[in-house]
Amino acid sequence: MANKITIKQDEYHLHFAGKLLLRREIPLDDTAFKQLLATKQFTPLKPIKEKNFHLHCERCGNEKSSLFGKFPCTQCESTHVYCRKCIEMGRVSECEKLYLWTGEKPIWPRHESPCTWEGSLTAAQQKAADRIVSAIRINEKETLIWAVCGAGKTEMLFPGITEALICGKRVCLATPRADVVKELYPRLQQAFRAVTIQALYGGSLDKAGTAQLIVTTTHQLLRYQEAFDVIIIDEIDAFPFHADPSLPYAANRAKKSESTTVYLTATPRSKQRKRIQRKQLPHIFVPLRFHGKPLPVPKAKMCFSLKRDLQNLTIPKTIINWLKNRKNPGRQLLIFTPTIMLAEKLQKPFEILLLQTGLLHSAKQLQSVHAQDPDRGIKVQAFREKEIVALITTTILERGVTFPSVDVVILDAGHDVFDEAALVQIAGRAGRSPDDPTGEVILFHQGKTEAIHEAITSIKEMNKRGGF
Amino acid sequence: MDCIVCQSEIIMQITWANLFQLSLPRPICDECAAGLKLLGGKQCKKCSRPSIEKICSDCLWWEQQEEMNTIEFNHSIFSYNEKMKAIVATWKYRGDYVLGEIFRDYVSKAFRERFSFLGKESLAVPIPLSGERILERGFNQALQLCEFLPIEHAGILSRIHGEKQSKKTRHERITSENPFFIKQPINKAVVLVDDIYTTGTTLRHAAQLLKQHGCPTVYAFTLIRG
Ligand SMILES: [Zn+2]
Ligand SMILES: [Zn+2]
Ligand SMILES: [Zn+2]
Ligand SMILES: [Zn+2]
Ligand SMILES: [Zn+2]
Repeated sequence: MANKITIKQDEYHLHFAGKLLLRREIPLDDTAFKQLLATKQFTPLKPIKEKNFHLHCERCGNEKSSLFGKFPCTQCESTHVYCRKCIEMGRVSECEKLYLWTGEKPIWPRHESPCTWEGSLTAAQQKAADRIVSAIRINEKETLIWAVCGAGKTEMLFPGITEALICGKRVCLATPRADVVKELYPRLQQAFRAVTIQALYGGSLDKAGTAQLIVTTTHQLLRYQEAFDVIIIDEIDAFPFHADPSLPYAANRAKKSESTTVYLTATPRSKQRKRIQRKQLPHIFVPLRFHGKPLPVPKAKMCFSLKRDLQNLTIPKTIINWLKNRKNPGRQLLIFTPTIMLAEKLQKPFEILLLQTGLLHSAKQLQSVHAQDPDRGIKVQAFREKEIVALITTTILERGVTFPSVDVVILDAGHDVFDEAALVQIAGRAGRSPDDPTGEVILFHQGKTEAIHEAITSIKEMNKRGGF
Repeated sequence: MDCIVCQSEIIMQITWANLFQLSLPRPICDECAAGLKLLGGKQCKKCSRPSIEKICSDCLWWEQQEEMNTIEFNHSIFSYNEKMKAIVATWKYRGDYVLGEIFRDYVSKAFRERFSFLGKESLAVPIPLSGERILERGFNQALQLCEFLPIEHAGILSRIHGEKQSKKTRHERITSENPFFIKQPINKAVVLVDDIYTTGTTLRHAAQLLKQHGCPTVYAFTLIRG
């Protein structure tokens, strides 16, 4: 049921404009709601349509027949089709309508000088920032910012967001993961102190989504239509945005017909690279990390007994040797595994080994973390604060997290989960700080894959473009 | 076919055992099925709860509450682990009706094993939802479970008011007045059907009403022992 908030009549448009909502997401009583329908300020839409003999969900774009279900409705005494794909956002079915605001359009304030960030950009960052500003100024349809891991892309966005707010535009920054939304939100608040900003993710308290500047998971875009003048989509190559067609569908619908979309990525997928090559997608490449040093190039290390050893939960000799001979044993250690099971089960053997080698002083200094770990936030924080010295992780830490001084190890780097983008991202965890701009990245494998080869080549290529 | 829980493809293993029988494809994959925990081992024979005692302390207490000592026993199939909680949340609270299909085979098999002594002359009765809940979800999950049973079912109970059980203390819940009313008298044995047995109070209230209106014996059959 809709939460009971009172919305003043002259503020309806601020709340509902640009949204595509279910009745239960509209916190108005029946009288007020019917009035808005009668005056055509809300337009009802059929949420499930049949197009050319297949079903189509208006909210998420789902057309996969196995992701539609039917339920017998007690009210109507008939059977309705509903969408299973977007059911986490509240069920859409033939029994209900989706409501689109077609009343008065809100006018967003023009801010005089909204940016309160006092830092400065590097020359490389500035070039990309200027590009974004001009795209926004002339309503260029789309542009891609290809910035290497550690280029400092959040700061690069500030001038573009500033430009949009000066022009009275509505801005959305969308990113695939809730963790990243939570990290970006306070940084945006710092940078734009006088601007109302809201953060949206599953479970966020601030569900209204009515601010001029919104930072959100790409999932929450399913509730928007024709809402934003500027939409910045972070990590377009990342899961789930890359793998789930409903998210590009939602992002596309959430923007106004006259608008600018800015894509951000450190590792463009072949789809985008092709569009770049064909000059269909304007782009700018930011080859330099903000500290001006090149990306650490991963070393692939063959390890003949790897798969058998991992199966027996023993640590291969090659890895032990490397661990004992690290160039800088003062660095923290990030150990990537292909599965949750390995992340958990290798904790004990690594604990024994690393206590022996003296890297750990107590067993607590080693932890493992994965997507289903309820304590993952706490553990990542503890690693940041160096209470944890070595962290075993699945690909959930492949991106979006920054630690100043780490060596990175991938166990079974030839595994399917480590595609080129993942490997480049993981390698990008090393050498993030100006105080320690290098860091070892070791890919232990039992047979080099195409992905390993491509990742190393593309990192070298990016360094070359950066002038190294 | 894809698993209705995790959407991954289900690969049917052809074995000598299933090659010649036309078994229907299962709705969930082995991995999801393995996440569900069937009750077993030592259990309270009155309420299915895992217990070393033959009758657990809760059930001994119920036996002393004369007016509320109204069900012969409750049989549950699953324990309420994390996987089940996640499935129930989507099935019941989000209203993903299709997920109920996971339980079809488990429910009909468990019923045959535990209730076959009743014969065809018994009736399954779903625990009704409140008007507000039914408006939200559009369907009653207990009724969906009834449809998997080999006996007839009838919705002869309705709910008077539907305050959230969870907001009350145990004592309040037990002493609260009966939230149901009955639409017709009944002279057969009844199996009350619900998704979860938590304290047993709801089921006992329903059973009490049935007995006051001619029902000789009442059993409870629930998917999950909470
Ligand atoms: Zn279509
Ligand atoms: Zn949908
Ligand atoms: Zn209906
Ligand atoms: Zn599954
Ligand atoms: Zn018991």
